[in-house]
Amino acid sequence: MLATEKAGARPGSHATALLAEADRLMTVCNSCRYCEGLCAVFPAMEMRRAFPDGDLNYIANLCHSCGACYVDCQFSPPHEFDVNVPRVLAQVRNESYAVYAWPSALAPMFARNGLAISIVAALSVAAFILGFAAWHDASVIFGTHTGPGAFYRLMPHNAMALLFGLVFLYAMVALAMGLRAFWRDAGDPPPAGGLWQAIRDAGSLRYLDGGGIGCYNHDERPNDRRRFYHHLTFYGFALCFASTCVATLYHYLLAREAPYPWWDLPVVLGTVGGVGLIFGPLGLMIAKLRRDPIMVDEQRLGMDFAFLAMLFATSLTGLLLLVLRATPAMPLLLALHLGVVFALFLTMPYGKFVHGLYRFAALVRYAKEHKAFTSK
Amino acid sequence: MADLSKKYDVLVAGGGNAALCAAIAARRAGSSVLLCEMATKFYRGGNTRHTRNIRCAHDAATETLSGPYPEEEFFQDLLQVTQGHTDEALARHMIAESKTVLDWLPEQGVRYQPSLGGTLSLGRTNSFFLGGGRSMLNALYLTAESLGVEIAYEAEVIDLDIDNGMFLSATVQRGAEHHKVRAATFVAACGGFESNIEWLKQYWGPAADNFLIRGTPHNRGTVLKLLLDRGVQETGDPTQCHAVAIDARAPKYDGGIITRLDCVVFGIVVNKHAKRFYDEGEEIWPKRYAIWGRLVAQQPDQIAYILFDASSLTLFMPSLYPPIEAGSIRELAGKLTLDPDTLEATVNEFNAAVRPGTFDDTILDDCRTEGIKPPKSHWARRLETTPYYAYPVRPGITFTYLATKVNKQARMLMRDGKPSANMFAAGEVMAGNVLGRGYAAGMGMTIGSVFGRIAGREAAANARN
Repeated sequence: MLATEKAGARPGSHATALLAEADRLMTVCNSCRYCEGLCAVFPAMEMRRAFPDGDLNYIANLCHSCGACYVDCQFSPPHEFDVNVPRVLAQVRNESYAVYAWPSALAPMFARNGLAISIVAALSVAAFILGFAAWHDASVIFGTHTGPGAFYRLMPHNAMALLFGLVFLYAMVALAMGLRAFWRDAGDPPPAGGLWQAIRDAGSLRYLDGGGIGCYNHDERPNDRRRFYHHLTFYGFALCFASTCVATLYHYLLAREAPYPWWDLPVVLGTVGGVGLIFGPLGLMIAKLRRDPIMVDEQRLGMDFAFLAMLFATSLTGLLLLVLRATPAMPLLLALHLGVVFALFLTMPYGKFVHGLYRFAALVRYAKEHKAFTSK
Repeated sequence: MADLSKKYDVLVAGGGNAALCAAIAARRAGSSVLLCEMATKFYRGGNTRHTRNIRCAHDAATETLSGPYPEEEFFQDLLQVTQGHTDEALARHMIAESKTVLDWLPEQGVRYQPSLGGTLSLGRTNSFFLGGGRSMLNALYLTAESLGVEIAYEAEVIDLDIDNGMFLSATVQRGAEHHKVRAATFVAACGGFESNIEWLKQYWGPAADNFLIRGTPHNRGTVLKLLLDRGVQETGDPTQCHAVAIDARAPKYDGGIITRLDCVVFGIVVNKHAKRFYDEGEEIWPKRYAIWGRLVAQQPDQIAYILFDASSLTLFMPSLYPPIEAGSIRELAGKLTLDPDTLEATVNEFNAAVRPGTFDDTILDDCRTEGIKPPKSHWARRLETTPYYAYPVRPGITFTYLATKVNKQARMLMRDGKPSANMFAAGEVMAGNVLGRGYAAGMGMTIGSVFGRIAGREAAANARN
């Protein structure tokens, strides 16, 4: 049913029917407000009387999809008012990623995202294997290499650093441009601070707790599992990233070359993070498969799985490389790992990774708005 | 699926707040309990789905309540809204019990939050449910289930076998099947009769066809009628109910809170003849919220229009339907199909009567009219800033007050004044014992939770003997 036919629809211009539906829901919810205490979405809504597209995209990215408002709503389907905030905001959120993508020519990457990212990943891995093969003879690729600099016998460190530096830089620029567009679209926020509040809210996933009892996933009994698995994933990722940074510093500042012994900081960080990045994405994938489909943007689930699969693959290949680095499997595993990591960075601005960025920016905006509102 | 062939200690008819409190209290006291809810699982809980707070007495501020609300103050509030139409002993008992209910509900999983945006006036007296009434219900159902209360959905009590004030069995319809359910005690907690338009017509005549029912379509009063027919004493005025003026565009049933309008005090209200009929600025809005349903019900065709201008548009809580907008009073009359000349005359007469004053909607300000009938005693400002707006309103019935008579044990009294051997009542079905007329926010839930818990406790004690 079109939003304009349902109760609460307002005449007004929106870029898509989906945004018009989100506007309708905000109108319904703003006249009810029972969910005000559940998360940040509803207080953000209460500070507004009109909902232009930029604001709707902001509110959608503020939503952590805990599902509490769906379970608590007296107007959720099958009620004729058909209020399904988690699903509609998930859809708006997912569409917003493409809206703000940079360059916009690559926005179509978000459609059939799972397929797109699998192709990029497969091509990247193949490129590294072929690259190794082209530069070396078979004895190097199937040989055993140990000791400092072993990895760089397959690919010179500077080449590796340059290649990954470039792809990382590209990802950063593309993400920054997307973030800028997202931030500007909702207008200037109040000048008040809010960064520290947002860091705490994001770091603890404060709003994935259903207002205090956990999020709703496959049934009416809330639990905190999604938050736990997301913490494993996020902090796992952060540790892996820290591991890479430390290793880079070792290389350039201390002239210590990888591979490092198991007790050394880059390996410890990478291993602990890697384990988190194995179980976190697996747990999230299972939660997603079990989640009540009525709250989900089913059309774009591929994007979620593609990102989780990439994180999982990054971690799995990294850990395998650690365990098998003294065996003849090392060169192929290295190519595999580098290929996956390369694809991960290359596709970062065009996949689910952006949710973290926009969510954080939304939390910063909310913290500012909240501060300004309560000090009035 | 709940077993309807077993004999239970306690049979609870209904599935809202009162029913759940009764079922949980009885189960905690060791009884086997069957709860029959006629709605589907989604629509379970009757009008509790649409509630948002409960009024309980308390001696000190809490995490979510801004200050104390002593028993005596609660009683005085009740006296005021009911204009003395209450059973004092029962009301005082309820208020005393409400103090412990405030803590008992969170023990059953219910969560509170500070009063919602736009409801500051209730921040001291009323505890708001985090996530609203359905969230509260979800918590109670989870608790009831984990305690072992048997819950049957789509199971309606359609007949009662009562012998001389003693409940013997109930006929429960589930799907196409009829089951004779036996139980040692019976708790009626299945609502009033507000959804039964034919029954409303007995008292209101054809006007009832124009009533909108704010909550569940299931409260048809079937069990209430059975009980009254089988010798239970009746109390309460059948025409009394909680009725507010809601948006006339709301659905016939179940439109809930979002169709309410809080803008009466900011403008004027006219009937279909484009005439004002009541002082729109009589009192601070929440105190008069619940009289406008009856006022509109008494107007021709049970329709009225709240008119205000652009200066008031953002002064009240937004609601579901957009106001009807026009550049002039005549144009607005056209859109509302009112007589343009009369409406213009009404507005002009009102504007001319407005005395200068300092507008403040948080107090009884000095903006009033002089020389017109009815007057507008406060917040009277000229309608002069275009565009002009209007909301059409109709009576929105929340729940009825016709009740089964009960004592302090929530035990039903028979027509001869004797207490029933094993029948109890809680919630809307007995609200009229306390609420003879009028209403104050959150009292429906007080009646449900307090008498629900008493009924459950007493039924369990009764079943043991």
